[in-house]
Amino acid sequence: MATEAGVIVSRPAQTKTYRSKRRILPTIFFSVLLIAGSVVFILPFMWMLSTSLKESGRVFMYPPQWIPEPIIWENYTTALRVMNFPVLLKNTVLITSLSMVGAIATSSLAAYSFARLRFPGRDVIFIIVLATMMLPSWVTLIPVYIIFRELGMINTLWPLIIPSFFGGGAFNIFLLRQFFMTLPFELDDAAKIDGCSNFRIFWNILLPLCKPALGAIAVFQFVAHWNDFFGPLIYLHSSEKMTLAVGLYRFKGPFSVEWNYLMAATVMVAIAPIVVYFLAQRYFIEGVVMSGMKA
Amino acid sequence: MSMVAQTRTYRGMTATTREKVDGYLFILPWILGFLIFTIGPMIASLYFSFTDYSLLEASKWVGLDNYTKLFTNDPKFGISLSVTFRYALVSVPLGLVLALLVAMLLNQKVPGIRFYRTAFYLPSLLGGVALTLIWMWIFSPAYGLLNSFLRLFGVEGPLWFQSQVWALPGLIIMSLWGVGARMIIFLAGLQNIPDHLYEAAEMDGAGTTRRFWHVTIPMLTPTIFFNLIMGVIGSLQTFAQAFIATSGGPNNATLFYALYLYQNAFQYFEMGYASALAWILFAVILVLTLVVIRSSPMWVFYEGTLRK
Repeated sequence: MATEAGVIVSRPAQTKTYRSKRRILPTIFFSVLLIAGSVVFILPFMWMLSTSLKESGRVFMYPPQWIPEPIIWENYTTALRVMNFPVLLKNTVLITSLSMVGAIATSSLAAYSFARLRFPGRDVIFIIVLATMMLPSWVTLIPVYIIFRELGMINTLWPLIIPSFFGGGAFNIFLLRQFFMTLPFELDDAAKIDGCSNFRIFWNILLPLCKPALGAIAVFQFVAHWNDFFGPLIYLHSSEKMTLAVGLYRFKGPFSVEWNYLMAATVMVAIAPIVVYFLAQRYFIEGVVMSGMKA
Repeated sequence: MSMVAQTRTYRGMTATTREKVDGYLFILPWILGFLIFTIGPMIASLYFSFTDYSLLEASKWVGLDNYTKLFTNDPKFGISLSVTFRYALVSVPLGLVLALLVAMLLNQKVPGIRFYRTAFYLPSLLGGVALTLIWMWIFSPAYGLLNSFLRLFGVEGPLWFQSQVWALPGLIIMSLWGVGARMIIFLAGLQNIPDHLYEAAEMDGAGTTRRFWHVTIPMLTPTIFFNLIMGVIGSLQTFAQAFIATSGGPNNATLFYALYLYQNAFQYFEMGYASALAWILFAVILVLTLVVIRSSPMWVFYEGTLRK
């Protein structure tokens, strides 16, 4: 269960000088590669930011201008207004937060059950859970659409929220189960002697220890629902119910594109998952790495 | 659920019975979801695939008509299959190799590694829409970043998404930018390889290359296996990028299978025909997945035999 920091700290001190001498060249070599790669991966973001602040007349220029001159902050207010941003933001936040609650609650409960409780058929059922990851959602799409249509939920946010409350996704169950399995069983046994119910063991004892993994699935879930394009595309029609992802797509319009406004809108839609990632980063990398991802 | 109610139902149960009841109870949401949103709809869509169904009228049984039409009388079906396979065949292996290389770089102990990890992961946080819009601008023929860059070397770049030849390669390049999700999984796999294996190999005189081929790769095969399966499944369902960037054009050059399915279902309202398309996609994915799984004993290495 070594964390990244743990590995570094646990290295014996006396080998350090030996290592550092031998490691100067590789360090330089890897750093150069990493810097070059990072620049390539970051460049599109810079290009988006730079375009989003340009004057309309200066978007199409050769050679391209990296530092906008003058800087036009109004592009953002224009994009906000044209996109009907506050309404879309409200819908997106509603869908994302409720789905997160549903997915985290039901997937952690299922993961606990698969990892710690013994009941007939458990392992077979878990294999079915894993198998559903391979099922293309296209196979169930049309009947599920018809179910929500029969329930009168087309053009409401419900079809995008409700499914998360039914198990919260196979991948999340898998990840959390792996994490639960790393926790010592002595915790459960001691609590059982004290008369704790299984639910209390889950809720009061094990779940608080799962924060890194919960952080990871919270980020996955947030990003997935914030960015979801297909769901809102088929279930939502009116602009009052629209989400940011589809609103951004519609903002592009079918014909000539005003890239400065469009990139300003893109920045505003893309910023939330990035902020959430930075807030949860510590948990996130730890959560994925520690749960091991080993089948 | 209040604790009082819980203890009352449990009164008189032995600990093992209680464990069984709780076990099923806690996975109940998933089981219900599986029945309502997976198994039920699967059966329904299989049924629809043998019908003519437009949502507005009741479905009409047509036997194998949808399937015969697909294989004999619908050129777009073949085109969309070929587009999707060509995309998967290039983007999956390229993505895997790139993700592994980046993960290995990010597993080095160099200063600022946290910054690099973030830089490579950042694009994966963008959704299909934001990612596609940024790349449409980068690929913009006259003033886009990429062709402006190529012009520095006197090369006039292609029309990318407006070109029948370059639209698909453009989408593949775009997919490589989002390699971070697979990279993170490789990184997790790399960090799980115990140091003592490398130390033992080093003592036996294995150089960097041999350590890579005889320690890293074998120990990583379960992760490669996972990423390969998920990559194949994901790439065969590519939708948003093509829908936004090209709408399947020019001249069907990027008519992805999922895009064609969507058009049938939600633009022509041919729900029966779209269901048949969905089941063929399912069959294709099932066969490919089974091939990979069946081949796995030959190349996937699981430590010991106890881990099952």
